[in-house]
Amino acid sequence: MGIRFVLMVNKQGQTRLAQYYEYLTLEERRALEGEIVRKCLARNEQQCSFVEHRNYKIVYRRYASLFFLVGVDNEENELAILEFIHLLVETMDRHFGNVCELDIMFHLEKAHFMLEEMVMNGCIVETSKSNILSPIQLMEKAS
Amino acid sequence: MNPFSSGTRLRDMIRAIRSCKTAAEERAVVRKECAAIRAAISENDQDYSHRNLAKLMFIHMLGYPTHFGQMECLKLIASPGFPEKRIGYLGLMLLLDERQEVLMLVTNSIKQDLNHTNQYIAGLALCALGNICSAEMARDLAPEVERLLQFRDPNIRKKAALCSIRIIKKVPDLAENFVNPAAALLKEKHHGVLLTGVQLCTDLCKVSKEALEYFRKKCTDGLVKVLKDVVNSPYAPEYDVSGIADPFLHIRLLRLLCVLGQGAADASDTMNDILAQVATKTESNKNAGNAILYECVATIMSIEDNGGLRVLAVNILGKFLSSRDNNIRYVALNMLMKAIALDSQAVQRHRTTLLECVKDSDASIRKRALDLVYLLVNESNVKSLTKELIDYLEVCESEFKGDLTAKICPIVEKFSPEKIWYIDQMLKVLSVAGNYVKDEVWHALIVVITNASNLHGYTVRSLYRAVQTAGEQETLVRVAVWCIGEYGEMLVNNAGMLDGEDPITVTESEAVDVVEIAISRHLDLPTRAMCLIALLKLSSRFSSCSQRISNIVLHYKGSLVLELQQRAIEFNSIIEKHHNIRSVLVERMPALDEATYSSRRAGSVPAAVSTSQGAPLNLPNGVAKHTSSPLVDLLDLTSDDVTAPSSSGGDFLQDLLGVDPSLDLSQPGTNQTQKSSNDVLLDLLSIGTPPAQSSSSMPDLLSPSQDNKNSLDVLDTLTSPSAPSAQASSPVGSSMMDLLDGFGASSSVPVVENNGPTLPSIVAFESSSLRVTFNFSKQPENPQTALIEAQFINRSPDIYSNFTFQAAVPKFLQLHLDPASSDTLSASGNGSITQKLRVTNSLHGKKSLVMRIRISYKMNDKDILEEGQINNFPRDL
Repeated sequence: MGIRFVLMVNKQGQTRLAQYYEYLTLEERRALEGEIVRKCLARNEQQCSFVEHRNYKIVYRRYASLFFLVGVDNEENELAILEFIHLLVETMDRHFGNVCELDIMFHLEKAHFMLEEMVMNGCIVETSKSNILSPIQLMEKAS
Repeated sequence: MNPFSSGTRLRDMIRAIRSCKTAAEERAVVRKECAAIRAAISENDQDYSHRNLAKLMFIHMLGYPTHFGQMECLKLIASPGFPEKRIGYLGLMLLLDERQEVLMLVTNSIKQDLNHTNQYIAGLALCALGNICSAEMARDLAPEVERLLQFRDPNIRKKAALCSIRIIKKVPDLAENFVNPAAALLKEKHHGVLLTGVQLCTDLCKVSKEALEYFRKKCTDGLVKVLKDVVNSPYAPEYDVSGIADPFLHIRLLRLLCVLGQGAADASDTMNDILAQVATKTESNKNAGNAILYECVATIMSIEDNGGLRVLAVNILGKFLSSRDNNIRYVALNMLMKAIALDSQAVQRHRTTLLECVKDSDASIRKRALDLVYLLVNESNVKSLTKELIDYLEVCESEFKGDLTAKICPIVEKFSPEKIWYIDQMLKVLSVAGNYVKDEVWHALIVVITNASNLHGYTVRSLYRAVQTAGEQETLVRVAVWCIGEYGEMLVNNAGMLDGEDPITVTESEAVDVVEIAISRHLDLPTRAMCLIALLKLSSRFSSCSQRISNIVLHYKGSLVLELQQRAIEFNSIIEKHHNIRSVLVERMPALDEATYSSRRAGSVPAAVSTSQGAPLNLPNGVAKHTSSPLVDLLDLTSDDVTAPSSSGGDFLQDLLGVDPSLDLSQPGTNQTQKSSNDVLLDLLSIGTPPAQSSSSMPDLLSPSQDNKNSLDVLDTLTSPSAPSAQASSPVGSSMMDLLDGFGASSSVPVVENNGPTLPSIVAFESSSLRVTFNFSKQPENPQTALIEAQFINRSPDIYSNFTFQAAVPKFLQLHLDPASSDTLSASGNGSITQKLRVTNSLHGKKSLVMRIRISYKMNDKDILEEGQINNFPRDL
C-alpha cells in the first residue's frame, strides 16, 4: 500500500539505490526500472513531476545528477510524496554532509538504513530527522 | 592485496565495477567477485562476512542473481554483534522476499530478537518482520508484536504499529486483537507513534467493518482534537517542513477522517469545523501547504454532503487549476474527476480552462484533461467541444492522436444530434487521423451511412472530395471506396443534392480512377480487398467502364496474396461470363441493422470485416456475424427485401454448404440464396464442364463418409462414381433403406415397393417448354419417408443441355437427391430425364409436403432458368 518502491537513478540510467516494497522478480525489476527511467529522463523542467505508468504513479524529482523516483498507488497524495522525497534528501544531507551521488554509492548500506527508518512496508514511519538519524549515529559510534 | 579476494573492501569493488568500459567487462568482474564471495561463505569466513554481504547487496542492485547469499544472511542475523545483525537484516530484506522458503528458518531468530532487551535490536526485528513477513510468520509472531505495541519506548511502538499493519493485511482474522491497542495509540504525543497509529487505524478500518464502526463511534472526536492541536501547534523545529508543523501527520489524519466520515452523517458533522479551518488557514504558497489542501479537498469530496464545504473545495480546485506550477494543475485535474460525479455544474464552469489544458505541452496534464473533457460532454456542448478537439487533433503530436481519436469518436457517436453532423465530424476525423482510428469506429460509420438513405449522395460526394485531399489515411480510403462502390451512380449523377451543397461533376472514369489509385497505393490486404469488390460493383453500375475495370481486376489474378488472387479470379469470371446475375449480385445493400450491430459489437465480434464483406464464396468459418445479412442479400437473386439478418454465422455456414437443405419457407429470399450460392459455387468448381449432375448440395466438401456406415460408403462410391452423392442428414434409423437406395441409385428403375400404399403421381411443374412429373412410393415400415421419382420431359422442339434440377424444402422436411440419369433432354418428349428424390417428413400427418424447385438448362446456347413451387403433393405424404 502507499509506496511501492523507491529508486535513485543517475542521469545515465544506472540505479544507485533500489528498495522495493512489493515482490517483483529480477527480470521484472530491470524491465520496470528501464521503462520508468526512460520516461522520466525524457521529460524537461517545465513538465510536472508525476508520471503515470501502468497501474501506479511515479513521483520524481531531480537533485543534481541523481533522480529520486518513488512509485505509489493511485490513491496516494502526490504532493505529500514530493515532500517526502525532499525530506529524504535533507536527512541524508545532514548525515553525510553535502551528500552527493558518490556518498550514496560508497555507503549504500547506510543509505538503506536511513530509508528503512523512514519507510516501512510502504508507509511513512518517521519524519523527524533527529529521530531517524539517532540509531544510525549510535551504530557508528559503537563500531 | 589481490583485488578479487574476499577481503576486498566494498569501495574497491565499486571502483572496479565503475571502471569497466563495457557490459561484458562488468559481468566478468561481478562473476569473479561472486566466486570469491561464494568461496568465503563455504569456508565459513567470519571476518569479512559483513563486507561480503554489502558487496552482495550492491551486486543484487545491479541486477545479478545472488541466491547463494541468503544463508549467509541468516547466519549473520543469528550472530550476537549489532553490526552483523544489522547488515544481516538488511540483506534479509533486500535479497529475500516473502515467497522464499528460507524465510521460515528466520522465524525463530526474529522471535528471539523481538524479545531482546536492547530496543534497537527489537526494532530491527520488527522492521524486518514488517517488510517481508508471510502469513505463517505473521500468525506465529502476532502476540509478540501486540505486546510490543505497549512497550515503553516510542520507537518500538511506532515500528510495532507498522508491523501490525502488515500482519492484519496478511491475516485479517487477527484484526480484532489490534483494535484496542490501536485506539490507545491515537492518544499519543509522539508524532512518530501518532503517525503510525493513524495509519494502523486506517488500515484496520479498511480490513474489518467492526473496527470501522468502533473507531467511528469512539475516536472521531479524539481525532478531531488531535488535528486541531497539530494545526494550531506552535513552531516545532523537529517536524517543521517549510513553516508547517508536520504536514505528513496532517495528511494522514485527514485521510483517516475521510475514511471515517464516508457514509456517516454525524461523523461528518463533527469534522466540518476543522476541515473548514484547515481549508482556509493553510498557506498555499509552499508545496507542503498545497499538499495539505489537496488532501483536505479529497476528504471534503468523500464525506457526506455539506454545501458550504463543497463550494470551498471547488474554489480551492479552481485556484489550483490556474496556478502555473504543473504539479498543482495535475492534482487539480485529478481531483476534478471525482468532483464531476458529485457536482458537474461547478466543473462545467471551468470548461474553457480544461480545453486549454488539453493542449498543454505536458503529456500527463493533457491526458488528464482529455479524460475530464470526455466526462463533461453532454448534448448542449457537444458541438463546440468536438470542434475544439478536432481542431487540436490536426496539430497535436502523433502519440497523442491515438488517445484523442479514441475519445472523440465515442463522443460523436453518442451525442450526435443529427446524422449529417455525425458524418461530417467523422469524415474530418478520418481525414486528419484516420490511421489511428480503430476498426469498430469506421464499421459503425458505415452502418450509420447505410441507415441514412437521404444522405447517401451527400456522403459519397464528401468522401470523394476528402479522398482527393487526404488519400493516405487508410480508413478514410476504405470507407470512401466502399461508398463509391455502393453509391457510385449517385456520385456521377449528383443525385440527392442537399440544399447549400456545391455541385461537383464526377465522371464515371474519375470515380474508377479513385478506386484504382487506392488499390495501387495502399498495400494492405483489407483495403485492396475492399477495392476489388468496389470495382465489381462499379462494373455493374458503370457499364461504360466495364472493360477498364475488367482489366484492373485481371491484373490481380496473378497476385501472390491468396485472398486477392481468389477475389480477382472470381470477380473476373462474374464480369466476363455471368452478366445475367452480375447486376443482381451487386445490388444496393439494405440498411444494416444498427441495433443488432451495436449489440453484437458489444459482444466482441471478431474483426476482419473486409474479408467477409467480400465475395460470399470465400466463406471462412468465422464469418463476422454482422455481415451475414449483407452476405445473404448479396446473394439475393430475387428482389425480395430480406433485411433482417436471417441466421447467425454458424447456421448460415450450414445453409451455404447445403448440409441440410431444409430452409425456412417463410424466407423465400434465403431459400433462393442458397440455390444461387451453390449455383455459382458449382460453376467455379466445375471450371467450364457441365455442372455436376447431382443435386443442390456442395459436391465435394462433405464426403459420404459422414455417415458412420462403412458399408454404405463403399456402396455409395461404387454406385455413384461420377457424381458424389449429396449428403443430407439421412435418417439414421433406416440403414436398410440406405443400402437399398444405394443399390437403387445405379439403375434408373424406380424402386417401387410392392407393399406400400400406392400414391397418385402428380404433375409437379409445367410450363410451355417443360413438364415435371413426380411418382411416389413409400416403404410401409417408414411412413415418414417418401420416395419420389421425378421425370422431366421436354416439350419444345429444341434440345436442352446442361440440365440441372434443384429443390428446396422447409425445415420440417429432409430432402435427399440422387444423381439424375442424364443431363441432356432431347426434344419434343422423345426422351426424359429421371431423378430420384427422398423426402422425410418429420411432421408426417400434420403437414404435407411443399417444395420449391429450380431447373436450369441451355437451349440454343442460351441459359434458361425456370422456377416454381409445388403445392399439390398428396396429403398423406
